[in-house]
Amino acid sequence: MSKLHVTTTINGEPVEYLCDASASMLDILRGPLGLTGTKEGCGSGDCGACSITVDGRLVCACLMLAAEAEGKAIGTIEGMAEHGVLHPLQQKFLEMAALQCGICTPGVLMASKALLERNPDPTEEEVRFWLAGNLCRCTGYDKIVRAVMETAADMRETVR
Amino acid sequence: MTEIRYLAPSTLDEAVKAFAAASGAASILAGGTDLLVQMRAGVRQPGTIIDIKKIADMTAIEDLGGGAFRIGAAVSGATLAEHPTFGKAWPGVLEAINLIGSKQVQGRASPGGNLCNASPAGDSVPAMVAAGAVVTIQGPNGRREVPVEAIPAGPGRTTLTPGEIVVSFTFPKRPKGSGDAYLRMIPRTEMDIAVVGLGVNLVMEGGVVKEARVGLGAVAPTVLLVEDAAKALIGSRLEDAALEKAAEACRAACKPINDKRGTIAYRTKVAGVLLKRVAAIAAQRAGGN
Ligand SMILES: Cc1cc2nc3c(=O)[nH]c(=O)nc-3n(C[C@H](O)[C@H](O)[C@H](O)COP(=O)(O)OP(=O)(O)OC[C@H]3O[C@@H](n4cnc5c(N)ncnc54)[C@H](O)[C@@H]3O)c2cc1C
Ligand code: FES
Ligand code: FES
Repeated sequence: MSKLHVTTTINGEPVEYLCDASASMLDILRGPLGLTGTKEGCGSGDCGACSITVDGRLVCACLMLAAEAEGKAIGTIEGMAEHGVLHPLQQKFLEMAALQCGICTPGVLMASKALLERNPDPTEEEVRFWLAGNLCRCTGYDKIVRAVMETAADMRETVR
Repeated sequence: MTEIRYLAPSTLDEAVKAFAAASGAASILAGGTDLLVQMRAGVRQPGTIIDIKKIADMTAIEDLGGGAFRIGAAVSGATLAEHPTFGKAWPGVLEAINLIGSKQVQGRASPGGNLCNASPAGDSVPAMVAAGAVVTIQGPNGRREVPVEAIPAGPGRTTLTPGEIVVSFTFPKRPKGSGDAYLRMIPRTEMDIAVVGLGVNLVMEGGVVKEARVGLGAVAPTVLLVEDAAKALIGSRLEDAALEKAAEACRAACKPINDKRGTIAYRTKVAGVLLKRVAAIAAQRAGGN
């Protein structure tokens, strides 16, 4: 078996791994790399539980080959808190109970962070459209959307 | 399971050579939002995967001036959305490409993949047909250029010959008074497959339509260029009679299927409704240019 050797960066750290050509990024993150914060809901791009960033771009890890990470900068939920301090989105999700089982939460957080980086003042409609690819089957979307809106407002306040 | 190979060539020549050498056992990988889903479902089992995103031409966006653009086949929808000028010249094409899937899917999905996947419901295709975009193809026998509507051959089938790769799309110059638009009808507001998709591209002068093209999707085995609809619009001021004639041409072009998303009668009716709505948006945009 000839495995592919991949050199990449994950959450700022250099990482190397061996993978089969058909392995998805999600397989490698959750398997050999033990980064199980990224979840698998559907494996077909529909649910967003596997949301990660590649060179800052939000994508589904289930629809990317692990081999494609060569030379890229990957961001996962494990890199969201910095030095043990939760990201404002994470903090707000806890405070506002914007999660129940938590399966969708890492993906929702990664997607919401990508939104606020591009648009610090989104409308509710913009938040709902942006998160259309993140399915949650227990919390209901209202709490999630409200938590994102409130975080955005707080973060604008902090910047000011 | 046999072993799959992954190649990420940095030149088009290498990619074409590898693709041709594999004689049908290889698949091109752009964003993978169709290919990886199909591989997982077991309906595609490529022996070799050829990732084309390391080839510079494939991910380039070139502003050629005067509204003309060349965009690489593997450019993602998200990248195109962030381009400073593309969406100003071709708002209809951009809105069609950006309707594909979620933000996550947008991060990878490409117009080349949308066209080559050859779904009759591919959202970017009717808009690119209406735009009059030209596809540049490279294969073992060299380069050729064809209009977008010449690529789809049926559901999941294209007219590409073995070893051929779509390299880029070229959009023509925009005369003054140009506007394009795309709408699709879906039962939900997001994340669904078009029941009907329709793109219109107009060039107007003093309120009169000088040039028109209409692309229609999801109502036949392939996306269609509806020339009779364009003819009905050209020379008109988009009066009700002209719009009704163009809508009738769209309905006549439909050869849809019945499925859970829409019946034949519903799809046919909606094709006419969309023609009127999309033409109005395109005309409004043309007025602003
Ligand atoms: C959750 C989800 C939602 C979606 N929603 C929509 C939607 O709303 N509308 C819609 O139209 N589609 C939708 N799709 C389908 C898909 O995202 C699009 O068709 C997308 O444009 C495919 O582009 P890609 O770059 O990912 O293609 P890939 O998967 O990389 O390729 C698609 C096919 O084309 C071939 N190919 C790709 N590039 C080339 C090339 N340059 N030359 C020759 N062959 C090539 C591949 O071998 C493959 O057969 C959705 C998919 C998912 C997973
Ligand atoms: S697991 Fe990737 S989108 Fe559902
Ligand atoms: S909290 Fe359970 S799926 Fe969202």
